[in-house]
Amino acid sequence: MENRSAAAPQPGLEHAPTTPWLLGHLDSIGRNIIGSLQTAQGLIAFTLITLGVAVTRFNASPRVIHPLIRSQIYRAGVRLLPIISFLACALGLMIIGQTVALLTRVGAQNLAGTVMVTVVVRELGPLAAALVVLARVGAAYVIELGTARALGEVEALDALCIDPIHYMVIPRMVGLALSIFSLTVYFILVTLVSGYLFAFVQDVPLLPGDYFKQLAVALSWEDFALLALKTFSFGVVIAVVSCYHGLAQPLRLEQVSGATTRAVVQSVVACVSLDVLFIIVYLVT
Amino acid sequence: MNAASPAGEKIGAATTAPVMELNDVTIGSGSGVEAVSVEGINWSVAAGDYWVIGGPPGAGKSDLLATMAGLYRPLKGRLRYFGKDIAELADEEFLAARLRFGLVFENGGRLFHHLTVAENIALPLRYHHRHPGETEQRVRQVLQAAGLASLANHTPGQIKHSWRQRVGLARALAACPEVLLLDNPLAGLGPLDSRWWREFLSLLSAGHNVLGGRPATLAVACHDLRPWADQGKQFALLKQRRWLPVGGRAELACSDEPLLGELLAPDFGAATG
Repeated sequence: MENRSAAAPQPGLEHAPTTPWLLGHLDSIGRNIIGSLQTAQGLIAFTLITLGVAVTRFNASPRVIHPLIRSQIYRAGVRLLPIISFLACALGLMIIGQTVALLTRVGAQNLAGTVMVTVVVRELGPLAAALVVLARVGAAYVIELGTARALGEVEALDALCIDPIHYMVIPRMVGLALSIFSLTVYFILVTLVSGYLFAFVQDVPLLPGDYFKQLAVALSWEDFALLALKTFSFGVVIAVVSCYHGLAQPLRLEQVSGATTRAVVQSVVACVSLDVLFIIVYLVT
Repeated sequence: MNAASPAGEKIGAATTAPVMELNDVTIGSGSGVEAVSVEGINWSVAAGDYWVIGGPPGAGKSDLLATMAGLYRPLKGRLRYFGKDIAELADEEFLAARLRFGLVFENGGRLFHHLTVAENIALPLRYHHRHPGETEQRVRQVLQAAGLASLANHTPGQIKHSWRQRVGLARALAACPEVLLLDNPLAGLGPLDSRWWREFLSLLSAGHNVLGGRPATLAVACHDLRPWADQGKQFALLKQRRWLPVGGRAELACSDEPLLGELLAPDFGAATG
Protein backbone atom coordinates (compact mmCIF):
# COMPACT_ATOMS: atom_id res chain seq x y z
CA MET A 1 0.00 0.00 0.00
CA GLU A 2 2.78 2.38 0.91
CA ASN A 3 4.61 1.68 -2.32
CA ARG A 4 1.50 2.26 -4.37
CA SER A 5 0.80 5.63 -2.78
CA ALA A 6 4.44 6.64 -3.16
CA ALA A 7 4.42 5.79 -6.86
CA ALA A 8 1.16 7.67 -7.57
CA PRO A 9 1.57 10.90 -9.63
CA GLN A 10 1.39 14.03 -7.53
CA PRO A 11 -0.52 17.10 -8.67
CA GLY A 12 1.68 19.71 -10.29
CA LEU A 13 4.51 17.28 -11.15
CA GLU A 14 3.83 16.46 -14.81
CA HIS A 15 7.07 14.58 -15.44
CA ALA A 16 7.11 12.68 -12.19
CA PRO A 17 6.37 9.22 -13.77
CA THR A 18 9.38 9.55 -16.10
CA THR A 19 11.85 10.15 -13.26
CA PRO A 20 12.08 6.52 -12.00
CA TRP A 21 12.44 5.33 -15.62
CA LEU A 22 15.25 7.80 -16.23
CA LEU A 23 16.92 6.96 -12.92
CA GLY A 24 16.64 3.29 -13.71
CA HIS A 25 18.40 3.76 -17.03
CA LEU A 26 21.07 5.99 -15.53
CA ASP A 27 21.57 3.43 -12.80
CA SER A 28 21.90 0.69 -15.40
CA ILE A 29 24.36 2.73 -17.49
CA GLY A 30 26.38 3.58 -14.39
CA ARG A 31 26.53 -0.05 -13.31
CA ASN A 32 27.66 -1.10 -16.79
CA ILE A 33 30.38 1.54 -16.85
CA ILE A 34 31.63 0.56 -13.37
CA GLY A 35 31.45 -3.13 -14.31
CA SER A 36 33.46 -2.50 -17.50
CA LEU A 37 36.06 -0.48 -15.61
CA GLN A 38 36.38 -3.22 -12.97
CA THR A 39 36.80 -5.85 -15.70
CA ALA A 40 39.42 -3.68 -17.44
CA GLN A 41 41.22 -3.18 -14.13
CA GLY A 42 41.17 -6.93 -13.44
CA LEU A 43 42.37 -7.74 -16.94
CA ILE A 44 45.22 -5.23 -16.79
CA ALA A 45 46.28 -6.52 -13.36
CA PHE A 46 46.12 -10.13 -14.58
CA THR A 47 48.11 -9.24 -17.70
CA LEU A 48 50.82 -7.54 -15.66
CA ILE A 49 51.00 -10.48 -13.23
CA THR A 50 51.22 -12.94 -16.14
CA LEU A 51 53.93 -10.96 -17.92
CA GLY A 52 55.77 -10.61 -14.61
CA VAL A 53 55.69 -14.38 -14.09
CA ALA A 54 56.76 -14.91 -17.72
CA VAL A 55 59.84 -12.76 -17.13
CA THR A 56 60.78 -13.86 -13.60
CA ARG A 57 60.18 -17.55 -14.24
CA PHE A 58 61.53 -17.59 -17.80
CA ASN A 59 62.72 -21.11 -18.57
CA ALA A 60 61.96 -22.24 -15.00
CA SER A 61 60.93 -25.90 -14.58
CA PRO A 62 61.41 -26.72 -18.28
CA ARG A 63 60.63 -30.41 -17.70
CA VAL A 64 57.06 -29.48 -16.85
CA ILE A 65 56.45 -26.28 -18.80
CA HIS A 66 58.01 -27.13 -22.18
CA PRO A 67 55.79 -30.20 -22.82
CA LEU A 68 52.78 -28.09 -21.88
CA ILE A 69 53.82 -25.42 -24.40
CA ARG A 70 54.32 -28.10 -27.07
CA SER A 71 50.87 -29.53 -26.41
CA GLN A 72 49.32 -26.06 -26.69
CA ILE A 73 51.11 -25.46 -30.01
CA TYR A 74 49.79 -28.78 -31.28
CA ARG A 75 46.31 -27.95 -30.07
CA ALA A 76 46.14 -24.31 -31.22
CA GLY A 77 48.41 -24.63 -34.24
CA VAL A 78 48.82 -28.04 -35.86
CA ARG A 79 45.23 -29.16 -35.28
CA LEU A 80 43.90 -25.95 -36.83
CA LEU A 81 45.77 -26.36 -40.12
CA PRO A 82 42.79 -27.93 -41.95
CA ILE A 83 40.35 -25.15 -41.05
CA ILE A 84 42.97 -22.50 -41.79
CA SER A 85 43.67 -24.13 -45.18
CA PHE A 86 39.97 -24.10 -46.01
CA LEU A 87 39.52 -20.48 -44.95
CA ALA A 88 42.67 -19.37 -46.77
CA CYS A 89 41.56 -21.03 -50.02
CA ALA A 90 38.05 -19.63 -49.72
CA LEU A 91 39.19 -16.10 -48.85
CA GLY A 92 41.89 -16.19 -51.55
CA LEU A 93 39.21 -17.11 -54.05
CA MET A 94 36.71 -14.54 -52.82
CA ILE A 95 38.95 -11.57 -52.17
CA ILE A 96 42.22 -11.89 -54.03
CA GLY A 97 40.98 -13.62 -57.13
CA GLN A 98 38.23 -11.06 -57.60
CA THR A 99 40.50 -8.14 -56.76
CA VAL A 100 43.15 -9.20 -59.26
CA ALA A 101 40.49 -9.74 -61.91
CA LEU A 102 39.00 -6.30 -61.19
CA LEU A 103 42.37 -4.53 -61.24
CA THR A 104 43.20 -6.18 -64.54
CA ARG A 105 39.90 -5.06 -66.01
CA VAL A 106 40.74 -1.41 -65.24
CA GLY A 107 44.35 -1.85 -66.34
CA ALA A 108 45.80 -1.56 -62.85
CA GLN A 109 47.24 -5.05 -62.56
CA ASN A 110 50.60 -3.59 -61.52
CA LEU A 111 48.93 -2.62 -58.21
CA ALA A 112 48.02 -6.22 -57.42
CA GLY A 113 51.06 -6.79 -55.20
CA THR A 114 50.45 -3.62 -53.16
CA VAL A 115 46.78 -4.47 -52.66
CA MET A 116 47.63 -8.05 -51.66
CA VAL A 117 50.20 -6.98 -49.11
CA THR A 118 47.89 -4.36 -47.64
CA VAL A 119 44.85 -6.63 -47.46
CA VAL A 120 46.27 -10.04 -46.68
CA VAL A 121 49.65 -9.58 -45.01
CA ARG A 122 48.85 -6.56 -42.87
CA GLU A 123 45.19 -7.08 -42.04
CA LEU A 124 43.35 -10.20 -43.10
CA GLY A 125 45.96 -12.81 -42.22
CA PRO A 126 46.67 -11.94 -38.58
CA LEU A 127 43.05 -11.18 -37.74
CA ALA A 128 41.64 -14.30 -39.45
CA ALA A 129 44.15 -16.59 -37.73
CA ALA A 130 43.49 -14.94 -34.37
CA LEU A 131 39.71 -15.26 -34.70
CA VAL A 132 39.93 -18.94 -35.68
CA VAL A 133 42.20 -19.68 -32.70
CA LEU A 134 39.90 -17.71 -30.40
CA ALA A 135 36.84 -19.65 -31.57
CA ARG A 136 38.45 -23.07 -31.43
CA VAL A 137 40.78 -22.79 -28.43
CA GLY A 138 40.29 -19.54 -26.50
CA ALA A 139 36.66 -20.30 -25.65
CA ALA A 140 37.63 -23.80 -24.49
CA TYR A 141 40.24 -22.32 -22.14
CA VAL A 142 37.52 -20.52 -20.19
CA ILE A 143 35.65 -23.77 -19.58
CA GLU A 144 38.79 -25.80 -18.79
CA LEU A 145 40.22 -23.31 -16.34
CA GLY A 146 36.83 -22.50 -14.83
CA THR A 147 36.34 -26.22 -14.15
CA ALA A 148 39.87 -26.57 -12.78
CA ARG A 149 39.25 -23.62 -10.48
CA ALA A 150 35.92 -25.04 -9.32
CA LEU A 151 37.55 -28.43 -8.61
CA GLY A 152 40.20 -26.76 -6.46
CA GLU A 153 43.12 -27.53 -8.76
CA VAL A 154 44.47 -24.00 -8.39
CA GLU A 155 44.76 -24.42 -4.61
CA ALA A 156 46.24 -27.88 -5.15
CA LEU A 157 48.98 -26.38 -7.34
CA ASP A 158 49.59 -23.69 -4.76
CA ALA A 159 49.86 -26.32 -2.02
CA LEU A 160 52.55 -28.08 -4.07
CA CYS A 161 54.42 -24.74 -4.36
CA ILE A 162 53.65 -24.64 -8.08
CA ASP A 163 52.75 -21.17 -9.35
CA PRO A 164 49.29 -21.57 -10.96
CA ILE A 165 49.98 -18.74 -13.41
CA HIS A 166 53.25 -20.37 -14.44
CA TYR A 167 51.65 -23.81 -14.84
CA MET A 168 48.25 -22.87 -16.29
CA VAL A 169 48.58 -19.52 -18.08
CA ILE A 170 52.15 -19.20 -19.38
CA PRO A 171 52.08 -22.37 -21.58
CA ARG A 172 48.76 -21.26 -23.05
CA MET A 173 50.03 -17.75 -23.68
CA VAL A 174 53.28 -18.85 -25.32
CA GLY A 175 51.50 -21.62 -27.24
CA LEU A 176 48.86 -19.26 -28.58
CA ALA A 177 51.35 -16.54 -29.53
CA LEU A 178 53.53 -18.99 -31.49
CA SER A 179 50.51 -20.74 -33.02
CA ILE A 180 48.85 -17.54 -34.24
CA PHE A 181 52.14 -16.36 -35.74
CA SER A 182 52.70 -19.68 -37.56
CA LEU A 183 49.09 -19.99 -38.68
CA THR A 184 49.15 -16.43 -40.01
CA VAL A 185 52.24 -17.10 -42.13
CA TYR A 186 50.63 -20.29 -43.44
CA PHE A 187 47.32 -18.50 -44.03
CA ILE A 188 49.02 -15.72 -46.03
CA LEU A 189 50.94 -18.13 -48.25
CA VAL A 190 47.89 -20.27 -49.02
CA THR A 191 45.70 -17.21 -49.61
CA LEU A 192 48.14 -15.59 -52.02
CA VAL A 193 48.62 -18.80 -53.99
CA SER A 194 44.95 -19.77 -54.10
CA GLY A 195 43.99 -16.22 -55.05
CA TYR A 196 46.37 -16.22 -57.97
CA LEU A 197 45.12 -19.65 -59.08
CA PHE A 198 41.58 -18.29 -59.17
CA ALA A 199 42.73 -15.27 -61.20
CA PHE A 200 44.67 -17.60 -63.50
CA VAL A 201 41.55 -19.68 -64.12
CA GLN A 202 39.75 -16.46 -65.08
CA ASP A 203 42.39 -15.85 -67.78
CA VAL A 204 43.79 -12.75 -66.11
CA PRO A 205 46.88 -11.70 -68.12
CA LEU A 206 49.24 -11.69 -65.14
CA LEU A 207 52.15 -14.09 -65.14
CA PRO A 208 53.08 -15.84 -61.88
CA GLY A 209 56.54 -14.27 -62.02
CA ASP A 210 55.08 -10.77 -62.31
CA TYR A 211 52.56 -11.44 -59.54
CA PHE A 212 55.11 -12.65 -57.00
CA LYS A 213 57.58 -9.93 -58.09
CA GLN A 214 54.93 -7.32 -57.30
CA LEU A 215 54.40 -8.92 -53.89
CA ALA A 216 58.11 -8.89 -53.16
CA VAL A 217 58.42 -5.24 -54.16
CA ALA A 218 55.38 -4.24 -52.08
CA LEU A 219 56.68 -5.95 -48.96
CA SER A 220 59.00 -4.03 -46.67
CA TRP A 221 60.81 -5.09 -43.50
CA GLU A 222 58.20 -3.17 -41.48
CA ASP A 223 55.57 -5.58 -42.76
CA PHE A 224 57.45 -8.56 -41.33
CA ALA A 225 58.05 -6.78 -38.02
CA LEU A 226 54.42 -5.69 -37.85
CA LEU A 227 53.21 -9.19 -38.67
CA ALA A 228 55.29 -10.76 -35.91
CA LEU A 229 54.40 -8.10 -33.35
CA LYS A 230 50.72 -8.20 -34.19
CA THR A 231 50.33 -11.97 -34.13
CA PHE A 232 52.27 -12.39 -30.87
CA SER A 233 50.17 -9.62 -29.33
CA PHE A 234 46.93 -11.28 -30.47
CA GLY A 235 48.09 -14.56 -28.92
CA VAL A 236 48.91 -12.88 -25.62
CA VAL A 237 45.61 -10.98 -25.58
CA ILE A 238 43.43 -14.01 -26.35
CA ALA A 239 45.26 -16.22 -23.83
CA VAL A 240 45.19 -13.63 -21.07
CA VAL A 241 41.51 -12.69 -21.55
CA SER A 242 40.40 -16.34 -21.77
CA CYS A 243 42.48 -17.44 -18.79
CA TYR A 244 41.34 -14.44 -16.76
CA HIS A 245 37.68 -15.30 -17.26
CA GLY A 246 38.36 -18.95 -16.44
CA LEU A 247 40.43 -18.31 -13.34
CA ALA A 248 38.93 -15.08 -11.96
CA GLN A 249 36.35 -16.97 -9.92
CA PRO A 250 35.17 -20.56 -9.45
CA LEU A 251 32.53 -20.95 -12.15
CA ARG A 252 29.20 -22.57 -11.41
CA LEU A 253 27.60 -24.51 -14.27
CA GLU A 254 25.16 -21.70 -15.09
CA GLN A 255 28.00 -19.13 -15.23
CA VAL A 256 30.10 -20.96 -17.81
CA SER A 257 28.25 -19.75 -20.92
CA GLY A 258 28.27 -16.12 -19.72
CA ALA A 259 31.98 -16.20 -18.91
CA THR A 260 32.79 -17.80 -22.27
CA THR A 261 30.75 -15.21 -24.17
CA ARG A 262 32.42 -12.37 -22.26
CA ALA A 263 35.86 -13.80 -22.97
CA VAL A 264 35.15 -14.12 -26.71
CA VAL A 265 33.63 -10.65 -27.04
CA GLN A 266 36.37 -8.97 -25.01
CA SER A 267 39.07 -10.83 -26.96
CA VAL A 268 37.58 -9.70 -30.28
CA VAL A 269 37.29 -6.10 -29.06
CA ALA A 270 40.85 -6.17 -27.69
CA CYS A 271 42.32 -7.68 -30.87
CA VAL A 272 40.52 -5.23 -33.16
CA SER A 273 41.52 -2.29 -30.92
CA LEU A 274 45.09 -3.50 -30.98
CA ASP A 275 44.91 -3.81 -34.77
CA VAL A 276 43.69 -0.20 -35.06
CA LEU A 277 46.50 0.90 -32.75
CA PHE A 278 49.06 -0.88 -34.92
CA ILE A 279 47.67 0.78 -38.07
CA ILE A 280 47.83 4.21 -36.45
CA VAL A 281 51.42 3.67 -35.29
CA TYR A 282 52.36 2.26 -38.70
CA LEU A 283 50.82 5.19 -40.59
CA VAL A 284 52.33 7.77 -38.26
CA THR A 285 55.81 6.29 -38.48
CA MET B 1 53.82 -24.43 23.36
CA ASN B 2 50.51 -22.74 23.58
CA ALA B 3 50.65 -19.32 25.11
CA ALA B 4 46.96 -19.32 25.90
CA SER B 5 46.51 -22.51 27.85
CA PRO B 6 48.25 -24.56 30.49
CA ALA B 7 47.49 -27.69 28.53
CA GLY B 8 49.18 -26.23 25.48
CA GLU B 9 52.28 -25.28 27.50
CA LYS B 10 52.59 -28.81 28.76
CA ILE B 11 52.32 -30.23 25.27
CA GLY B 12 54.87 -27.85 23.80
CA ALA B 13 57.34 -28.24 26.64
CA ALA B 14 57.54 -31.98 26.17
CA THR B 15 58.92 -31.72 22.66
CA THR B 16 61.72 -30.00 20.72
CA ALA B 17 61.79 -26.59 18.93
CA PRO B 18 58.52 -25.71 17.17
CA VAL B 19 58.19 -26.33 13.47
CA MET B 20 55.38 -23.84 13.39
CA GLU B 21 53.99 -21.19 15.69
CA LEU B 22 50.90 -19.06 15.48
CA ASN B 23 50.71 -16.03 17.76
CA ASP B 24 47.34 -14.31 18.06
CA VAL B 25 46.63 -15.24 14.47
CA THR B 26 43.39 -14.39 12.69
CA ILE B 27 42.76 -16.30 9.47
CA GLY B 28 40.50 -15.39 6.59
CA SER B 29 37.95 -17.51 4.85
CA GLY B 30 39.14 -19.03 1.58
CA SER B 31 35.57 -19.29 0.38
CA GLY B 32 35.22 -15.52 0.55
CA VAL B 33 31.79 -15.84 2.16
CA GLU B 34 32.94 -14.49 5.50
CA ALA B 35 36.09 -12.44 5.92
CA VAL B 36 37.29 -13.86 9.26
CA SER B 37 37.24 -17.62 9.68
CA VAL B 38 39.06 -18.14 13.02
CA GLU B 39 40.65 -15.55 15.29
CA GLY B 40 42.95 -15.45 18.27
CA ILE B 41 44.88 -18.62 17.49
CA ASN B 42 47.87 -19.23 19.75
CA TRP B 43 49.35 -22.54 18.80
CA SER B 44 52.73 -24.13 18.61
CA VAL B 45 53.49 -27.34 16.74
CA ALA B 46 56.66 -29.18 17.68
CA ALA B 47 58.48 -31.76 15.57
CA GLY B 48 56.88 -35.18 16.00
CA ASP B 49 53.53 -33.83 17.24
CA TYR B 50 50.33 -35.52 16.13
CA TRP B 51 47.59 -32.92 16.38
CA VAL B 52 43.92 -33.62 15.84
CA ILE B 53 41.75 -30.54 15.38
CA GLY B 54 38.03 -31.09 15.67
CA GLY B 55 35.20 -28.79 14.81
CA PRO B 56 31.78 -28.79 13.19
CA PRO B 57 31.52 -28.32 9.42
CA GLY B 58 32.20 -24.68 8.49
CA ALA B 59 34.23 -24.01 11.65
CA GLY B 60 37.28 -22.98 9.60
CA LYS B 61 39.36 -26.17 9.73
CA SER B 62 40.19 -26.11 6.01
CA ASP B 63 41.10 -22.42 6.17
CA LEU B 64 43.35 -23.10 9.15
CA LEU B 65 45.21 -25.90 7.36
CA ALA B 66 45.47 -23.85 4.15
CA THR B 67 46.94 -20.94 6.14
CA MET B 68 49.36 -23.30 7.88
CA ALA B 69 50.43 -24.63 4.47
CA GLY B 70 51.10 -21.08 3.27
CA LEU B 71 48.23 -20.85 0.76
CA TYR B 72 46.82 -17.81 2.54
CA ARG B 73 48.56 -15.22 4.69
CA PRO B 74 47.10 -14.61 8.15
CA LEU B 75 44.88 -11.52 8.37
CA LYS B 76 46.46 -10.68 11.71
CA GLY B 77 49.12 -12.04 14.05
CA ARG B 78 52.39 -13.85 13.49
CA LEU B 79 52.97 -17.15 11.77
CA ARG B 80 56.43 -18.66 12.16
CA TYR B 81 57.90 -21.55 10.22
CA PHE B 82 60.84 -23.21 11.97
CA GLY B 83 61.32 -20.16 14.15
CA LYS B 84 61.17 -17.58 11.33
CA ASP B 85 58.34 -15.11 10.89
CA ILE B 86 56.91 -15.63 7.39
CA ALA B 87 56.40 -11.87 7.05
CA GLU B 88 60.18 -11.45 7.17
CA LEU B 89 61.02 -14.26 4.76
CA ALA B 90 62.09 -13.54 1.18
CA ASP B 91 60.05 -15.28 -1.52
CA GLU B 92 62.67 -18.02 -2.03
CA GLU B 93 62.96 -18.65 1.72
CA PHE B 94 59.18 -18.79 2.08
CA LEU B 95 58.97 -21.25 -0.81
CA ALA B 96 61.74 -23.39 0.69
CA ALA B 97 59.93 -23.41 4.05
CA ARG B 98 56.59 -24.27 2.42
CA LEU B 99 58.17 -27.22 0.63
CA ARG B 100 58.70 -28.77 4.06
CA PHE B 101 54.90 -28.93 4.47
CA GLY B 102 52.52 -31.29 2.72
CA LEU B 103 48.78 -30.69 2.49
CA VAL B 104 46.21 -33.38 1.78
CA PHE B 105 42.86 -31.94 0.71
CA GLU B 106 39.55 -33.53 1.57
CA ASN B 107 37.09 -35.09 -0.88
CA GLY B 108 39.41 -36.84 -3.29
CA GLY B 109 42.55 -34.83 -2.75
CA ARG B 110 41.93 -32.27 -5.54
CA LEU B 111 43.85 -34.26 -8.12
CA PHE B 112 44.67 -33.07 -11.63
CA HIS B 113 42.21 -34.95 -13.76
CA HIS B 114 44.17 -34.69 -17.01
CA LEU B 115 47.15 -36.50 -15.44
CA THR B 116 47.50 -40.16 -14.45
CA VAL B 117 48.00 -41.20 -10.83
CA ALA B 118 51.77 -41.50 -11.35
CA GLU B 119 51.92 -38.14 -13.15
CA ASN B 120 49.98 -36.50 -10.33
CA ILE B 121 52.54 -37.75 -7.83
CA ALA B 122 55.49 -36.90 -10.09
CA LEU B 123 54.34 -33.35 -10.85
CA PRO B 124 55.78 -31.57 -7.77
CA LEU B 125 59.06 -33.50 -8.14
CA ARG B 126 59.40 -32.65 -11.82
CA TYR B 127 58.45 -29.04 -11.22
CA HIS B 128 60.98 -28.62 -8.42
CA HIS B 129 63.85 -29.99 -10.52
CA ARG B 130 64.31 -33.50 -9.28
CA HIS B 131 66.43 -35.65 -11.58
CA PRO B 132 64.21 -37.77 -13.93
CA GLY B 133 65.60 -41.08 -12.63
CA GLU B 134 65.22 -39.95 -9.04
CA THR B 135 61.65 -38.84 -9.75
CA GLU B 136 60.66 -42.22 -11.19
CA GLN B 137 62.19 -44.05 -8.27
CA ARG B 138 60.49 -41.81 -5.74
CA VAL B 139 57.10 -42.14 -7.47
CA ARG B 140 57.41 -45.94 -7.41
CA GLN B 141 58.32 -45.85 -3.72
CA VAL B 142 55.38 -43.63 -2.79
CA LEU B 143 52.93 -45.63 -4.93
CA GLN B 144 54.10 -48.80 -3.22
CA ALA B 145 53.76 -47.31 0.26
CA ALA B 146 50.23 -46.09 -0.43
CA GLY B 147 49.17 -49.36 -2.04
CA LEU B 148 48.59 -47.67 -5.39
CA ALA B 149 51.15 -49.46 -7.59
CA SER B 150 48.51 -51.16 -9.74
CA LEU B 151 46.73 -47.85 -10.40
CA ALA B 152 49.76 -45.85 -11.57
CA ASN B 153 48.53 -45.41 -15.14
CA HIS B 154 44.88 -44.74 -14.33
CA THR B 155 43.45 -41.24 -14.38
CA PRO B 156 41.66 -40.00 -11.25
CA GLY B 157 38.31 -40.32 -13.03
CA GLN B 158 38.89 -44.06 -13.45
CA ILE B 159 39.43 -44.88 -9.79
CA LYS B 160 37.10 -44.81 -6.80
CA HIS B 161 36.92 -42.04 -4.23
CA SER B 162 38.90 -43.81 -1.52
CA TRP B 163 41.81 -44.40 -3.91
CA ARG B 164 41.73 -40.79 -5.04
CA GLN B 165 42.10 -39.73 -1.42
CA ARG B 166 45.15 -41.98 -1.15
CA VAL B 167 46.62 -40.46 -4.32
CA GLY B 168 46.25 -37.07 -2.64
CA LEU B 169 48.23 -38.42 0.30
CA ALA B 170 50.86 -39.98 -1.97
CA ARG B 171 51.25 -36.70 -3.87
CA ALA B 172 51.77 -34.80 -0.61
CA LEU B 173 54.32 -37.39 0.55
CA ALA B 174 56.29 -37.34 -2.72
CA ALA B 175 58.35 -34.29 -1.80
CA CYS B 176 59.24 -35.84 1.58
CA PRO B 177 57.58 -33.20 3.81
CA GLU B 178 58.41 -32.83 7.49
CA VAL B 179 54.91 -31.66 8.40
CA LEU B 180 51.83 -33.29 6.95
CA LEU B 181 48.50 -31.46 7.14
CA LEU B 182 45.41 -33.55 6.46
CA ASP B 183 41.97 -32.08 5.91
CA ASN B 184 39.24 -34.50 6.96
CA PRO B 185 41.03 -37.50 5.43
CA LEU B 186 38.44 -40.07 6.49
CA ALA B 187 35.45 -38.28 4.93
CA GLY B 188 33.44 -40.68 2.80
CA LEU B 189 35.64 -43.72 3.52
CA GLY B 190 34.46 -47.15 4.56
CA PRO B 191 35.70 -48.91 7.73
CA LEU B 192 38.54 -50.76 5.99
CA ASP B 193 39.92 -47.68 4.27
CA SER B 194 39.45 -45.67 7.44
CA ARG B 195 41.52 -48.21 9.37
CA TRP B 196 44.23 -48.22 6.69
CA TRP B 197 44.52 -44.44 6.95
CA ARG B 198 44.79 -44.41 10.73
CA GLU B 199 47.35 -47.19 10.74
CA PHE B 200 49.38 -45.55 7.99
CA LEU B 201 49.36 -42.18 9.75
CA SER B 202 50.47 -43.88 12.96
CA LEU B 203 53.37 -45.39 11.05
CA LEU B 204 54.24 -41.98 9.61
CA SER B 205 54.11 -40.50 13.09
CA ALA B 206 56.40 -43.21 14.41
CA GLY B 207 58.75 -43.02 11.41
CA HIS B 208 58.04 -44.65 8.05
CA ASN B 209 60.48 -45.63 5.31
CA VAL B 210 58.64 -43.47 2.80
CA LEU B 211 59.85 -40.43 4.77
CA GLY B 212 63.26 -41.87 5.40
CA GLY B 213 62.31 -43.24 8.82
CA ARG B 214 61.97 -39.75 10.31
CA PRO B 215 58.84 -39.29 12.46
CA ALA B 216 56.45 -37.00 10.64
CA THR B 217 54.70 -34.10 12.31
CA LEU B 218 50.98 -34.47 11.68
CA ALA B 219 47.99 -32.17 11.96
CA VAL B 220 44.62 -33.69 11.12
CA ALA B 221 41.42 -31.66 10.88
CA CYS B 222 38.14 -33.53 11.22
CA HIS B 223 34.54 -33.11 12.27
CA ASP B 224 34.27 -36.56 13.85
CA LEU B 225 36.77 -37.09 16.64
CA ARG B 226 35.84 -40.68 17.43
CA PRO B 227 38.30 -42.39 15.05
CA TRP B 228 41.10 -40.11 16.23
CA ALA B 229 40.64 -40.28 19.99
CA ASP B 230 43.22 -43.06 20.32
CA GLN B 231 45.40 -41.81 17.45
CA GLY B 232 46.33 -38.20 18.12
CA LYS B 233 48.74 -37.07 20.78
CA GLN B 234 47.41 -33.51 21.04
CA PHE B 235 43.89 -32.23 20.51
CA ALA B 236 42.25 -28.89 19.86
CA LEU B 237 38.84 -27.60 18.82
CA LEU B 238 37.53 -24.85 16.60
CA LYS B 239 34.36 -23.43 18.02
CA GLN B 240 32.53 -20.28 17.00
CA ARG B 241 35.58 -18.81 15.29
CA ARG B 242 37.76 -19.48 18.34
CA TRP B 243 40.70 -21.81 18.92
CA LEU B 244 40.24 -24.05 21.95
CA PRO B 245 43.24 -26.21 22.93
CA VAL B 246 42.23 -29.39 24.72
CA GLY B 247 45.49 -31.16 25.54
CA GLY B 248 46.57 -34.78 25.30
CA ARG B 249 44.49 -37.96 25.40
CA ALA B 250 44.03 -37.70 29.17
CA GLU B 251 42.62 -34.16 28.88
CA LEU B 252 40.45 -35.26 25.98
CA ALA B 253 38.90 -38.00 28.11
CA CYS B 254 38.09 -35.76 31.07
CA SER B 255 37.20 -32.47 29.33
CA ASP B 256 33.72 -31.11 29.97
CA GLU B 257 33.64 -29.01 26.79
CA PRO B 258 30.15 -29.51 25.28
CA LEU B 259 31.42 -29.49 21.67
CA LEU B 260 33.86 -32.26 22.53
CA GLY B 261 30.98 -34.28 23.86
CA GLU B 262 29.16 -33.82 20.56
CA LEU B 263 32.17 -34.72 18.39
CA LEU B 264 32.87 -37.84 20.44
CA ALA B 265 29.25 -38.97 20.85
CA PRO B 266 28.64 -42.56 19.71
CA ASP B 267 25.76 -41.44 17.48
CA PHE B 268 27.73 -38.54 15.96
CA GLY B 269 27.68 -39.98 12.43
CA ALA B 270 23.92 -40.47 12.55
CA ALA B 271 23.39 -36.98 13.96
CA THR B 272 25.41 -35.28 11.22
CA GLY B 273 23.90 -37.36 8.48
